[in-house]
Amino acid sequence: MTSLTGTTRLIRFILRRDRVRLSVWVLAIALSVLGSVASFAETYPTAADRQTRAEVLDNPAGQLFIGPGYGSDNYTYGAMTANEMLPLAAVAVALMSIFLVVRHTRAEEENERAELVRAAPVGRLAPLTATLTVAVGAQLGLAALLTIGLPASLEGLSTTGSLAFSTALAGVGVVFAGLAAVAAQLTVAARGAIGIASMAVGGAYLVRSVGDMNDTALKWVSPFGWATEMRAYVDERWWPFLLSVALAAGAVAVAVAINRQRDVGFGIIAERPGPPRAARALGSPFGLALRLQRATLSWWGVSFFVLGLLYGGIAQEAASLYEDIDALEDYLVRIGAADPADQYLALTASVSALMAAGYVIQSVLRARSEEAALRAEPMLATPVGRHRWLGSHLMMALGGSIVLLLAFGLGTGIARVISTGDAGELPRLIGAALAYAPALWVFGGLAAALFGLVPREAAAAWGVLAVIAFIGFLGPILQLPDWSYDLSPLEHVPTLPVADFSVAPELVLTAVAAALVGLGLVAFRRRDLQT
Amino acid sequence: MAAAISISNLIKSFGRTRALDGLDLTVQGGEVHGYVGPNGAGKTTTIRILLGLLRGDEGHAELLGGDPWNDAVALHRRLAYVPGDVNLWPNLTGGEIIDLFARLRGGVDRARRDDLLQRFDLDPTKKGRTYSKGNRQKVALIAGLASDAELLILDEPTSGLDPLMEVVFRDCIQEVKAEGRTVLLSSHVLAEVEALCDRISIIRLGRVVETGSLAELRHLTRTTITAEVAKPATGLAELPGIHNLQTEDGRISFDVDTGRLEDTVSHLAGLGVRALTSHPPTLEELLLRHYGDEPAQAQEAVAEGSS
Ligand SMILES: Nc1ncnc2c1ncn2[C@@H]1O[C@H](COP(=O)(O)OP(=O)(O)OP(=O)(O)O)[C@@H](O)[C@H]1O
Ligand SMILES: [Mg+2]
Repeated sequence: MTSLTGTTRLIRFILRRDRVRLSVWVLAIALSVLGSVASFAETYPTAADRQTRAEVLDNPAGQLFIGPGYGSDNYTYGAMTANEMLPLAAVAVALMSIFLVVRHTRAEEENERAELVRAAPVGRLAPLTATLTVAVGAQLGLAALLTIGLPASLEGLSTTGSLAFSTALAGVGVVFAGLAAVAAQLTVAARGAIGIASMAVGGAYLVRSVGDMNDTALKWVSPFGWATEMRAYVDERWWPFLLSVALAAGAVAVAVAINRQRDVGFGIIAERPGPPRAARALGSPFGLALRLQRATLSWWGVSFFVLGLLYGGIAQEAASLYEDIDALEDYLVRIGAADPADQYLALTASVSALMAAGYVIQSVLRARSEEAALRAEPMLATPVGRHRWLGSHLMMALGGSIVLLLAFGLGTGIARVISTGDAGELPRLIGAALAYAPALWVFGGLAAALFGLVPREAAAAWGVLAVIAFIGFLGPILQLPDWSYDLSPLEHVPTLPVADFSVAPELVLTAVAAALVGLGLVAFRRRDLQT
Repeated sequence: MAAAISISNLIKSFGRTRALDGLDLTVQGGEVHGYVGPNGAGKTTTIRILLGLLRGDEGHAELLGGDPWNDAVALHRRLAYVPGDVNLWPNLTGGEIIDLFARLRGGVDRARRDDLLQRFDLDPTKKGRTYSKGNRQKVALIAGLASDAELLILDEPTSGLDPLMEVVFRDCIQEVKAEGRTVLLSSHVLAEVEALCDRISIIRLGRVVETGSLAELRHLTRTTITAEVAKPATGLAELPGIHNLQTEDGRISFDVDTGRLEDTVSHLAGLGVRALTSHPPTLEELLLRHYGDEPAQAQEAVAEGSS
């Protein structure tokens, strides 16, 4: 097996390089799950409390964002853990696998370090094998932590159920490690491989939610469905795990087959020659920023439009189910007796705005990767000033946020016009989505300010987004204090179409965003370029 | 002509490393100025400060009569830069990148661009990520040379080029020179520096340790002499300015400080010279004196020679 020579050494090397990164991922996921679960006892002390909670979640929106709701009729702590923690934890685990695998396979080839490694006595398949070994090991480590930790965190969680929960999670992690390995064989760019694999995550999640919402066989198409179908803590079934193992093994076999064939540094998707001359648009810093980011923006835009269509399409159904739930009905009355469909649409708008914040941050941070890759340097040696250069990337980020919101509003609006026959829904829902633009600009401003002030740590903007998402999703479960919600710019946006539009918070958000952008521009103008 | 670049006592530190440590450098308008020195000496740092990408900590730097940091945009209209580490956008073609830079500087000169593409034998339809190292370098070179900027700042522009392309590059720089434009050429290819440069500055540990035309630099150092003499080579070792003396039945060879050449030759005449060759130090020999671990000795020799 000469093609595997050096695998052990590479495994040690990967562990050495990623010892911090990997521990952070595993511990963050484990502690989020265990911490949330530990808080259940206090938040829902009685069976009646839990039952109320189950009723609130037992509707299409719940099935979309949370789990399929096994055990809703007897909502034990275990059922609660499986239903409310598993789907989101599974996404986190999938992303962990993808980043880990692509980072040590395609990214290494792209930056040509792999050539150095392969020039040493290291077999053709060694890097891939070593990476997958570490990825699977990380999943097993996390599973072990959870299997031991879950019963310890909350009385009433059975060992069998905890094992099923952890196994389900590991199944998802292993599947996406395999799929990421395939994606890494396809493209030349690591960015592209991550994009393909992330789309697989998004698609699988969507398929699972649609399948659960209508309880169709569709949920069996998705690895996320296999995880929830193990019915941890309710009625454990182990065979869905075999589906995960089979898919993972199949994916790895495909990746290995391609890896064996292809040359180092090349992908399967062949490079075609391009235009010998630049199009007219490619003649300014903004033209370049547009060119670099247009593919990303288009993908996001199409996804947001489809997401909007989907949410808009099920709003009516979600609303009719709301009406059957007394607890929710009471809640709606309390906050102003809005139309339940509107309630639901307002919720989806804020969730998509949170996702759009991800676009805005990565788009601003593109300036940072340009700088770090020494591509900003020759640009800034032409008569292009610092402000104009950074401003071009900011325009893509801030303008792009409008495009995404518009796409989402268009999607929900069109779907609602079709289902209600009321043409007024379209402008109303576009408006509801666009109301989030100033809040997204605050995220862009934050990333810009970090870029200007502490370029090497600019990725901290992601940390801020993660904290805000964490508070948003788990805050109600953890019963966090009200002020913690106010940290998020999204929280200050009038929740159209439920609430009335008010201009003051929008102006304040815009002003904050402008101040942060200004800070970023000034700080960047005054500092050295840094690699 | 006025100085295109003038730097005095420039200091730049990165944390604890002092990249530039009181650097003085003058490049006259219209000259091709070689900028040489060992790895990590501070060449790229100097250039980045001249381009306003880094800001000097102390000292003074002036570029085309302006301040490199404050007047960056205006100055950049008048210069072109070829970086040492060329990183292209992976999904833009070479042709697109060349056009982009031309437009940022004010417009594409089609004829010039196509001529350069042909001379450097570059396929402009390939994507950035698929070029070989040398071809990436060519993209940056063509983008720089396609402009008619009055000052070219080139940081190791020929690293990775094959010998044929090296010749093309030299021709291009000769043309630039003939047009009266100024070039700052940082390079490790000494033959290139020797062939192209009017004046040379040698940088070591963040300071320029010598500057001048090649002839001047030679004058400040030693000439190597080999001779066959009839009589035993007595007294030679005692003469001042003689180094590395070796004698082997009638054949002697040594280095002599160029300032002591006259005394040495008259002493040799007394020994009955049968054959004599002398050659000035090559640029390589000159530089190795500065690159090595013994800068003190080299500087001493310079001080002695010029006194
Ligand atoms: N961004 C930076 N951070 C820290 N140190 C730096 C940075 N840039 C340069 N240095 C240090 O400054 C010194 C000068 O580096 P510079 O790149 O100017 O050398 P150079 O003469 O161009 O070398 P070479 O011939 O290898 O290109 C080196 O010691 C280098 O390590
Ligand atoms: Mg350098």
